[in-house]
Amino acid sequence: MTTPPVASGALEGVRVVELCDDLGAFAGKLLADMGADVIKVEAPAGDPTRAYPPFVDDEPNPERSLYFWHYNTSKASVTLDLREAAEQERLRALIQSADIFLESQPPERLSALGLEYDALRTANPGLIMVSVSPFGRGMPRADEASTDLTILAGGGPAWSCGYDDHSMPPVRGGGNQGYQTASHFAVMSALVALLHRDAGGPGQHIDVNAHAAANVTTEAGSYTWLVAQQTVQRQTGRHAGVNPSMPSQIKCADGRYANTGIPPRRPESFRAVHEWLESLGLVEEFLEAPLLQEGMRRERFDMSMIAQDEELQAIFGAGRAAMNLLASKLPAYEFFTGGQARGFQIGIIYAPEEVLEDPHFVARGFPVEVDHPELDRTVTYPGAPYQFERSPWRIRRRAPLLGEDNERVFRELGATES
Amino acid sequence: MPGALSHLRICDFTGQLAGAGATRFLAAFGAQVIRIEDPVNEGRWDILRGMAPHVDERRGIEFGGSFNNHNVEKLGVTLSLRTERGKELLRELVAVSDVVAENFSSGVMERLGFDYDALRALREDVIYVSNCGFGHSGPYRDFKTWGPIVQAISGLTFSSGLPDQPPAGWGYSYMDHTGAYYMAIAILMALRHRNRTGEGQWVDLGCTEAGASLNGPAILDYTVNGRPLRREGSPNSNRHEYPAMAPHGIYPSHEDDTWVAIACRDDRDWAAIAGASGEVWAGDERFAALAGRLAGSDELDELVADWTRARGNFETAALLQGVGVPAAAVQRPEERIDQDANTEAWGLWPTVTHREMGDVRVDGLPVHLSETDWQIARGAPCLGEHNEEVFGELLGHSAEEIAALTEEGVL
Repeated sequence: MTTPPVASGALEGVRVVELCDDLGAFAGKLLADMGADVIKVEAPAGDPTRAYPPFVDDEPNPERSLYFWHYNTSKASVTLDLREAAEQERLRALIQSADIFLESQPPERLSALGLEYDALRTANPGLIMVSVSPFGRGMPRADEASTDLTILAGGGPAWSCGYDDHSMPPVRGGGNQGYQTASHFAVMSALVALLHRDAGGPGQHIDVNAHAAANVTTEAGSYTWLVAQQTVQRQTGRHAGVNPSMPSQIKCADGRYANTGIPPRRPESFRAVHEWLESLGLVEEFLEAPLLQEGMRRERFDMSMIAQDEELQAIFGAGRAAMNLLASKLPAYEFFTGGQARGFQIGIIYAPEEVLEDPHFVARGFPVEVDHPELDRTVTYPGAPYQFERSPWRIRRRAPLLGEDNERVFRELGATES
Repeated sequence: MPGALSHLRICDFTGQLAGAGATRFLAAFGAQVIRIEDPVNEGRWDILRGMAPHVDERRGIEFGGSFNNHNVEKLGVTLSLRTERGKELLRELVAVSDVVAENFSSGVMERLGFDYDALRALREDVIYVSNCGFGHSGPYRDFKTWGPIVQAISGLTFSSGLPDQPPAGWGYSYMDHTGAYYMAIAILMALRHRNRTGEGQWVDLGCTEAGASLNGPAILDYTVNGRPLRREGSPNSNRHEYPAMAPHGIYPSHEDDTWVAIACRDDRDWAAIAGASGEVWAGDERFAALAGRLAGSDELDELVADWTRARGNFETAALLQGVGVPAAAVQRPEERIDQDANTEAWGLWPTVTHREMGDVRVDGLPVHLSETDWQIARGAPCLGEHNEEVFGELLGHSAEEIAALTEEGVL
């Protein structure tokens, strides 16, 4: 039996040395899963995130952190005791062999280790150094302590997220999205620098600012102020706005929620919703059905007249009420697929784990199996964020064991040095 | 000054934010992004073209504030693909483009006659990046989405909320921004692959998949330990599980709807909070170690809230930052845009000049590159603003020909 050839990733041949805490580690994963040789440098005691829960079977152990597993797929691990001068020298040699040095350390620590960009580029003029920090290098708030929560709170996202009831606090979206947004920009800008180098340019130093990344990832929150000096207000499960909008989340018959999307606004969508009610025998109990029929007959809907046109308001109201009734009568999945099949942009509100079991995601190969030979098991991971035809995303190996690649990496380095 | 990407040309069919945000990033680094719009409907397939916010009382397709924000530094041309002559011109443009980018629903480019095979016939190494909600294959390939639907499907709406409440979700299209980031990454990685191998390719980006990849640890907790995020008391996304922290949340301050975020990372932070607050509860032995604070976190949240309610949110944040504890006021747009020394010093809100709107501030980029930094100075193109530059200077058609094509409704 022959093994089918495995296509190489888009970043094959790119070497990355990563010295990151949880602010930048995701950037390393994004590069590694696309084929870059990402070498994570850890202290002999292991990266601090190896102590983060959740753990396999809830047993704390540096090799059983699922947090570490997720953020470090496809990477290699080497250990260096950076309190030792010789080990610092080894790290500098390793960075000399790299295309990209990805780090999220305090600048004073880098200075102490002799890892300022000016020093590094003397030895490696093509080096792209990517520094991810909470507030940017040398910025007024650079010395503030921060976490994902405070970045999303100070940076704007939290102001726009939460509930209609403003006695409840704004909400930080889950999943460390503040760190992940900073990491997205770290990758985007590192790739820009790599292409510049491919075109004959030198290496360069990139300053990535997580607070700024949050600030420019708030859609209308920012530009409504920038353009019109108006302030958006948070609303349950929908866009924060200057003016309140109608609710768009409904609890379905099975207790799960759905987003009812944009209600009918065209004759054909009134027809579709009416037919949907008919197919479920719901027309009788829906007292506003005649208004839907009126919507089917109207030739055009002039939204600019809605304030003056009471019948139009009633028709739109009936369309919305019909969608809400359907959502409340159907399990969320049936509401979602039934509505989409009829042309409505609606969605089931899945918990993250439920996505992996959805037939569409399964059909596209989104859940991927990753071998953990030392535990004698295979684990299902979230898969490709994009499907490259020729240079695919792939988890090349589960996250490394502590120092798993010392031998290979240092041997290669020794061969280069000698 | 030439930018890092000024050797690249993008034939751009993107719109809204999920697509336009990607080519915006590339344009800021000098890529020549040529935005193609339909002259018949005046570019309105991008619904943002005329939408609020507006700089003044003027309305219409040249006055959409978000459209301007998402399309800075791009060129804009009109081209009717309803006509054979229009399709011919598009073929000429694709032949000189490195990348074709679009975020139509799946099947639209195929119906226009410009699917990947057709594009590749025009330019062998072309990179084609398509971006839609569910990608171009699978049972939902014909389903339609926009940001909030992508977030609902991908688990991001659910993972944002407080216990015993419906999902709070995201108060904006987080996945339009982030879908655009993945699209930019896809374009750049495909270009890198082409540099190395000479090959172009098709990248099929489904935003729901990109979104579903953003809750990794919670997903592994389910696939490995069988612990779903949908369980009693979960999620509570103002708390922090990985690693566990307490107190950790968003607390009220003395004025209505003003809030401060506080994250107590460890026992040292707790001792600092205790010292700074001087409250009786701060000395409670039960709270000295993490396990006790986690066990009593509901009670602790109330005690902390009583304390933060006594003063302003910026004051509490400064007090805690003074003792090294992560804390930040939940900033309103006007506070983070006009009163935050950090965004000012970074140059985060550049002013662009738009032909009709005049000078308008827009989002900048949260990165600075030492050799080839971004530049955002030109506003979004007006409809057909660069027809002469693109069809004349780039593709070599005469002024008379362009005038005739305009007359015929091709441009």
